[in-house]
Amino acid sequence: MNRTYVRCELLRTVRNRRYVVFALGFPIVLYFLIAGPNKNEDNLAGSGLSAPLYYMVGLASFGAMNAMLAIAGRIATERTAGWNRQLRLTPLTGRDYFRAKILTGYMTAVAALLLLFVAGSALGVRLDTGDWLKMTGLILVGLVPFGALAIWLGHLVTADAVGPAVGGLVAVLAVLGGVWFPLKSGALYHIGRALPSYWLVQASHVAVGGQGWGKTGWLVVAGWSIALSILARRAYQRDTARV
Amino acid sequence: MAGGIELRGLVKSYRTGDTVVPAVRGIDISIEPRETVALLGPNGAGKSTTIDAILGLTKPDEGTVSLFGQEPSAVIEGGRVGAMLQTGALLRDLTVRELVQMMASLFPSPLDVEDVLELTGTGAIASQLTQKLSGGQTQRVRFALAVVPDPELLVLDEPTVGMDVEARHAFWTTMRDFAERGRTVLFATHYLEEADAYADRIVLMARGSIVADGPPTEIKAMVGSRTIRATLPNVPTSELERLPGVTAVELHGESVVLVCSDSDRAIRALLERFPAARDLEITGAGLEQAFLQLTGEEQLAA
Repeated sequence: MNRTYVRCELLRTVRNRRYVVFALGFPIVLYFLIAGPNKNEDNLAGSGLSAPLYYMVGLASFGAMNAMLAIAGRIATERTAGWNRQLRLTPLTGRDYFRAKILTGYMTAVAALLLLFVAGSALGVRLDTGDWLKMTGLILVGLVPFGALAIWLGHLVTADAVGPAVGGLVAVLAVLGGVWFPLKSGALYHIGRALPSYWLVQASHVAVGGQGWGKTGWLVVAGWSIALSILARRAYQRDTARV
Repeated sequence: MAGGIELRGLVKSYRTGDTVVPAVRGIDISIEPRETVALLGPNGAGKSTTIDAILGLTKPDEGTVSLFGQEPSAVIEGGRVGAMLQTGALLRDLTVRELVQMMASLFPSPLDVEDVLELTGTGAIASQLTQKLSGGQTQRVRFALAVVPDPELLVLDEPTVGMDVEARHAFWTTMRDFAERGRTVLFATHYLEEADAYADRIVLMARGSIVADGPPTEIKAMVGSRTIRATLPNVPTSELERLPGVTAVELHGESVVLVCSDSDRAIRALLERFPAARDLEITGAGLEQAFLQLTGEEQLAA
């Protein structure tokens, strides 16, 4: 792995204020807006969980997903600016290029999780460190399909379209994943269970006594990871085919 | 035999809607190792398409490209090519030094980063973020990125666009120093002066074809015609036509226009023979116009 290259990518991420504000600040603001007024709700929609706890773990998955998908914007912007043509004239492999991008996604995702944990504490949430670690570990695994999705989108759309595309996608995936309200039955529930965002939310519920994934969960996450990786790979190759 | 750059029968068209626009119409170029070659031509001559094909950025419709006897992709993966493309922003949120370091890290045997910063005159701006640079500074950084791999082949696509005269001069001096270290250099330009001053050989392109290929003196004689304008009443055209270095004469009332192959000799002879000539003005013919003439003649001859 090229350490200088990865270090530069990480450095660029931290220096990009807009990226930091949207990827890290946005979930926190949402958290206080939603969980703040319901601070004293002890049993949210029959889930047996307090509102600040439910939304903290729900937004943990949302924040992580949001952070990872933000890579799409960075890829699209660099492509549109012509930087990728310059990169194509170097020996940098596609694998190293993506590794650095995914690492920045994970770094931002972990930062978002930590910030939400702190925000939750401010609203009185007490979470065992072991539970938090279990949740974080499973969320990081659940982010794999989102990394592939971000790379695919980044090569599919241009810089000016990537913002709305990712924003809309995150909103839909969040609703169908059960970030805003628990999904228990009905059509949405069945659609949701086939999506990676549902299982990302389930991963975050591990911290509050959730079952984790079971066979279905692992299958869905693995299936999306493979399918989206293939699409991402194809889009990348089409975009950068060396002659 | 290692070979240099070999282009054989290169054809490339672009499709815009229903119309097919030919960019390069079957060209052959061979460049020896350690040669510095200028690709000269007006906008739309096919220079950038040719360069993109050499760099493996575009797939030719027909023809072959080989660099040092290999496919472009193999040579690029080996880190033996440095290039300055015509368009393209720098990666933002890094300082100039960091960006050059990052690029250096991608190549197997790069030059020392501090040396490159000094060589390309970017040392003074090394700590600035790339998005805060002026146009000319950006060009210099892009040049630094092209040379930091210590490439065998350096390709520059209109490298001095956006530079003022002084920066342009400094740029070419640096480029020449670099080329003298035994590199093969190919650069595209639409300035005859640049091609003349800094290349061993000029390949002249117009409308997707090669119009001429030879040493700068030869090419300059073909396209470098100048015109002399003067106010000079009552002199017969035939006498002006006999002046050395003059190829054609036009009369507009009291003013005469002399089209010259050698304007230096022509002006001396003019003033010697006709001291009354005044309002003298020497201008270089536009390259574009010269090309049109050349291609027009070619078509007639064919």
